[in-house]
Amino acid sequence: MSQIKLDAAQPVSPASEIAVSVRNVSKNYGDVQALKNLSLEFPRGELTSLLGPSGCGKTTLLKIIAGLLKADSGNVTVEGRPVTEPGPDRSFVFQDFALLPWASVMRNVAFGLELRGVAKSEREAVAEKYIREVGLAGFEGKFPHQLSGGMRQRVGLARALSVDAKVLLLDEPFSAVDEQTRRKFQEDMLALVQNEKKTFIFVTHSIEEAVYVSDQIAILLPRPSRVLEVIRPSSFRGKIVANIRRDPEYLDIVDNIWASLRSYVE
Amino acid sequence: MMAFGYKLPAMSSLLVWAALWEIVGQLELTFFVPPISTVVVTLFGLVQTSAFLNALAVTASAFVAGVFFAIVIGIPVGILMGKSRLLDELLLPWVNIFVSAPLTALVPVLMVLFGFGAQTIIITTSLFAIWIIILNARAGVKQINRSLVEMSRVFGASSKDAFFKIYLWAALPEILGGVRIGVIRAVKGVIIGQLLISIVGFGALFELYSSNFLMAEFWAVLIVLFGLAFAISEFLGYLERKVSYYAASR
Amino acid sequence: MKNRALLLTLLSGVIVFGAWEIAGRIPISYAFPTFLETMAALLVITLDGSIFTAYAETLQPLLLGIAISAIVGIGMGLWVGLSARFEWLFSPIFIVMQAAPLAALIPLLIMVYGIGLTSKVFVVCIMAMPVIVLNTASAVRNTPASIKEMATSFMARRQDVLLKIILPAASPVIFSGLRLGVSAGFIGAILSELKITPTGIGDIITYSRSISDYPTMYAAIFSIILLAVLFLNFLEYLENYLFEGNNRGYVSD
Repeated sequence: MSQIKLDAAQPVSPASEIAVSVRNVSKNYGDVQALKNLSLEFPRGELTSLLGPSGCGKTTLLKIIAGLLKADSGNVTVEGRPVTEPGPDRSFVFQDFALLPWASVMRNVAFGLELRGVAKSEREAVAEKYIREVGLAGFEGKFPHQLSGGMRQRVGLARALSVDAKVLLLDEPFSAVDEQTRRKFQEDMLALVQNEKKTFIFVTHSIEEAVYVSDQIAILLPRPSRVLEVIRPSSFRGKIVANIRRDPEYLDIVDNIWASLRSYVE
Repeated sequence: MMAFGYKLPAMSSLLVWAALWEIVGQLELTFFVPPISTVVVTLFGLVQTSAFLNALAVTASAFVAGVFFAIVIGIPVGILMGKSRLLDELLLPWVNIFVSAPLTALVPVLMVLFGFGAQTIIITTSLFAIWIIILNARAGVKQINRSLVEMSRVFGASSKDAFFKIYLWAALPEILGGVRIGVIRAVKGVIIGQLLISIVGFGALFELYSSNFLMAEFWAVLIVLFGLAFAISEFLGYLERKVSYYAASR
Repeated sequence: MKNRALLLTLLSGVIVFGAWEIAGRIPISYAFPTFLETMAALLVITLDGSIFTAYAETLQPLLLGIAISAIVGIGMGLWVGLSARFEWLFSPIFIVMQAAPLAALIPLLIMVYGIGLTSKVFVVCIMAMPVIVLNTASAVRNTPASIKEMATSFMARRQDVLLKIILPAASPVIFSGLRLGVSAGFIGAILSELKITPTGIGDIITYSRSISDYPTMYAAIFSIILLAVLFLNFLEYLENYLFEGNNRGYVSD
């Protein structure tokens, strides 16, 4: 069964299934128009990737959803409520990890809860659970400089999971780790999306990565930023992890996306 | 450096210089250089006298007060300059001027405005130290990784939390470096103050001993002063090293 | 962007000098003249030439001391940086000298060398040299090994390595040491004029204070701070002229 491909329009889903809705969002940096009247919807409980060449505004869009940037026009709603600031319903995983280098793994993971005033024993219990889930059991007392890049990102991921936000935003989370660790992360990502009933929005510039982990891929083009298409791969979702990279549909989608994008790469 | 196959520790050449000093002194090559052994003996006797302890108290209190104000005013100003572009562009030219200007030239102004007492010495000490503390605090804040700031917003940190849990620690290695240099400048400031403003504390002792040609006493007090300045600087260096474990990986 | 920086510098100047003017008019103290009064006094001593005679005297120990400190200081710094034995022997001395308040030695120097030019030059030297030596030594020692290896691989002789690799590589830190040394030297020069014998600009300061001519006193102090700033800017200009590649912009560019 081939993928469902729609041009610049969304797969139709009932409104109650949409966790995050972006409508006619524009953002300028001086003369440069990063986003222009962009609209996109993110279904609940799924992982949607934002994929595109440099300058297509994907990270800008992610940060607007996170509330770290303000859109010049348009609106963003999360679970029906409009957002302009960071809030407890969304958490963020950073490309360069953004860990506190002077704090232990335990404290870093619990940091989101610490900022909310959660009591120490309670937040450490929650943190411990996610430390285990990301595979860092035993490293609670270590410091970031003692960890490898991959391990540091796991800490960032555990921290974002610990605050139990409904929407998890990831900004090229695996680009700063080595290729083999990255592959492992992608496999783990699939399991995570299954287990955690959250909405994931994932920015990447790796086509393979996007097709591998996503339920839905939004391809963005630069100057002006627009949604080229939204792809929903279907036949290999739910397959055994090890076989996905050889699935014909997977390979077709990757090739097709590259064919669309290559003329936009500088 | 190696000698006879053993690695010599860092400051060990001072022993060689001390030996040289002893020889020069014993040979009575110049009246102004008594043997270091005499100086050391005098030192032990001197530190117990009330005159010395008094001088130490006066100098130390002025020094501590001066450093306190320099830190308490300098660090916040530096942090604010690091955070706010407008404030930075307004204040930075002045900070840069005063960090390298001959502050000694300002001492007569201070004397004329604030009198000849302890408070002028304290102000002088603060002025000597504050500029480098401001610059380093500013540098520490400016180098804070942008994503650390974004992370604190995403997880909903209040301004107070952001300052005390994140910014202060992220900038701490630079701030401590600035305090160390500032403290060394403050020592110079307090002595210059005591030489120019009102001749009290160690400044008074130096004047007293030099005018009465009590060379052993003069060198003894000088060594104590140098030793204290060095000890403070090393202590701050130790604090810097304690936070350096994370400084490189910020 | 550049205009904004200039505008803000001017604005901050206006704010500070304006505040000075207002403070002088209140007046916050009988001994605090306004900015304009100070500038007027500055004009007077410029026009009647007294400021030039004063600086002719002050600049003697200052320039002489700085020149000696620079030449001897960089020389020693090179030697300490290149020779481990020399470093072991001399760097503790300079480290102690840098941390210590050398101003305390002034009464001693007066005793030994009297109150003339020699002792003033000495004061400037002991204040300026330690930081120049230590900066030079550290810069030389920290020359990246890879460019030294590169030079040897192209069969450079020892003096080539020193003059074409080590010195240029060390020049930013050496110049930074020179700037710190010059500003310490200025402190030494003024200190010796205020403490040893009032001559030159120190004399103008002390004399005008004694006759309560505060505008002139402030004018003299203003002039010396201005001179120090100009001198340091000149050093920066010199560095950029000699070593154009040192100006690498900001990391954030």
